Amino acid sequence: MSEPSTGVERRHLDDAPVRVVSARDPLRVRLSNLLARRELLTGLIFSDIRIKYKGSALGLVWSMLSPALTLATYFLVFSVFLKNGIPNFVVYLFSGLIVWNMFQSAVSSSTGVIVDRAGLVKKVSFPREILALSNVGASVIYFGIQLGVLAAFLAVVGHAPAWGFLWILPISFLALYLLTASISIVMSAVTVYLRDVRHLMEVVLQLWFWVSPVVYSYENSIAATLHSHGLANFYFLNPVTLIILTFQRIFYVATTVKSTTTGATLHILPTWPMSTYFYLNLGLLVIMALVFLVSVTIFGRLEGNFESEL
Amino acid sequence: MVNVIEVEDVSKQFKIHHERHQSLKEKILHPRSGSSEVFRALSHINFTVSDGETVGILGRNGSGKSTLLKTICGVLQPTSGEIRLRGSLAALLELGAGFQHELSGRDNVYLYGSMLGFSRKMVDAIFDDVVAFSELEQFIDTQVKFYSSGMYVRLAFAVAVNVNPDILVVDEVLAVGDERFQAKCIDRIRHFQREGRSILFVTHQADQVRAICDRAIVLDGGELIADGPVADSLRVFREHLLGDAPAPDAPGAPVDVHIDAVTSPTGSFLVRHGTPLHLDVDVTSERAVSGFFLLEVFTRGGLLVSRSDVQASPVSLIPGSNRIGVEVAELPLLDGVYEVNLGLVDRPGGSVLAWREQAATLQVSYDGRASGVIELTPAIRQ
Repeated sequence: MSEPSTGVERRHLDDAPVRVVSARDPLRVRLSNLLARRELLTGLIFSDIRIKYKGSALGLVWSMLSPALTLATYFLVFSVFLKNGIPNFVVYLFSGLIVWNMFQSAVSSSTGVIVDRAGLVKKVSFPREILALSNVGASVIYFGIQLGVLAAFLAVVGHAPAWGFLWILPISFLALYLLTASISIVMSAVTVYLRDVRHLMEVVLQLWFWVSPVVYSYENSIAATLHSHGLANFYFLNPVTLIILTFQRIFYVATTVKSTTTGATLHILPTWPMSTYFYLNLGLLVIMALVFLVSVTIFGRLEGNFESEL
Repeated sequence: MVNVIEVEDVSKQFKIHHERHQSLKEKILHPRSGSSEVFRALSHINFTVSDGETVGILGRNGSGKSTLLKTICGVLQPTSGEIRLRGSLAALLELGAGFQHELSGRDNVYLYGSMLGFSRKMVDAIFDDVVAFSELEQFIDTQVKFYSSGMYVRLAFAVAVNVNPDILVVDEVLAVGDERFQAKCIDRIRHFQREGRSILFVTHQADQVRAICDRAIVLDGGELIADGPVADSLRVFREHLLGDAPAPDAPGAPVDVHIDAVTSPTGSFLVRHGTPLHLDVDVTSERAVSGFFLLEVFTRGGLLVSRSDVQASPVSLIPGSNRIGVEVAELPLLDGVYEVNLGLVDRPGGSVLAWREQAATLQVSYDGRASGVIELTPAIRQ
């Protein structure tokens, strides 16, 4: 029989903090609960990753294979077959794809995080948003790896990023994280009530991909048409667009290039000054922070009936 | 003494779907159909658990026990009302619910610990104790999916009790595991009590409540119907159980039988070991009925010494008051104080007609040299 290591100790519960369980936790309480359980969050992220690559010798390398293949495919299609004439197209693609991959991989798998762990959700108490957040966390780690690969790639091919713009990247990334987390949190809860949202989400994400300037250049393709119809602002309602443009501006750098096929001048990226990039990203970050708060509130409303729906 | 759990006016309602529409497609095709009904799982529950107390929650299946525990642990949100908790809480609602099958026992200890709300550092400190308690030294680096269900349970219980929470919430999990491990768990729970920690304990085994708890709460149909000393709550629990028991074969309402008093012809319950024990039982019955007695004897510590029925000699009750003698020829009990419960069971139906918890408190005196609960007289052959 093992005796507890701590032995008998006198605890002071008189001044221990009081936790309140009630019908509806205020947002402040929900957020502080989330913060208090960050160790569970990291535990879940790493256990998820470990489970995913258990028994595979190459481990994380597999997580690189799929993006690498996507990159190769798009490069072949747009640069070789369709001859879009954008020089260094791989760099352009890569800088947009890492943003999209992070967003897409987290959001598409977020629909299952609560439904697939019904046993856990019904029996163990913890802030359930953590399940969605740990799913996003795994995507952040893959994002980090891909960013590393991109940096290595740039170094190898001798393509310098826009150093002066680099400091905007954390702001842009934080906005991306909050956007991804907010959608993931809401979708994870909605799927409990409407199971076929899973399939709907796949379709929506496909559509979303093509309205984001990842494989094509916004300025070089549809900008003029949209402007002439006064619809340009609608294009920017997609929050992913600004983030992708920022990443492309940082890593691809050039806003105007000469076509490799025709020699004509191509407008690839908006020619905004640095301050515009900064203010736009800052504005997006503020909006996304608010959206995140709203998503946690929505989750709190939906959470109440998980028990009878799961 | 400070309250570690305060449950205030807590209600919980569930929506029961008769026809579930769990997809967007169905919601669009049948916007209005899909009837549902509101089910009250808990209504206006109030109670407190103070620091160092062990409280049992009794109730039949569906009485709301588990719902109450889940709301206290925060797995469920109450529909109305509030629960206030002080100190750390570890809940064992289902052993191993948080385990990841693909991970090793070691990884799961850390993950489960963090799910219960304890930091990596805290789990580091108790890791060896957890492994020792679970007796899984050889298997701790094996994936949990290869564990037997018993090993699973042992590991989960070991984590929950070794993180040393201020409040331990246990839901009928002691029913699993082999007897030796069960005894170990009970032992650890007692250790917990000695350390002054609080335990909330759900079961439908009256013996366990008697053995462990300081106080018991009885739930029925989502309402709290008793909250008090174990013996009182157990009486309510038993009476309630039989109150709703299926009516005996006899037509009409269940027979109203009541054990009014249990007395001793000598006027005291001081009995010498080896002498006969006489009990006079006064029973009032509504009408003529036949049944037999059920006799339970417990030690003060809650250990069941004996539960025996006297089917061989049934009793016939006449309407009105009856006095029936119950006799144990040679009391085999050793020195000590014992609690006696008496029940009267319907003869054809087998349902309990009347029950009296703590019908008598025996004080047994014994001059011999044996110790324990009963005397055995081993015969020696050489």
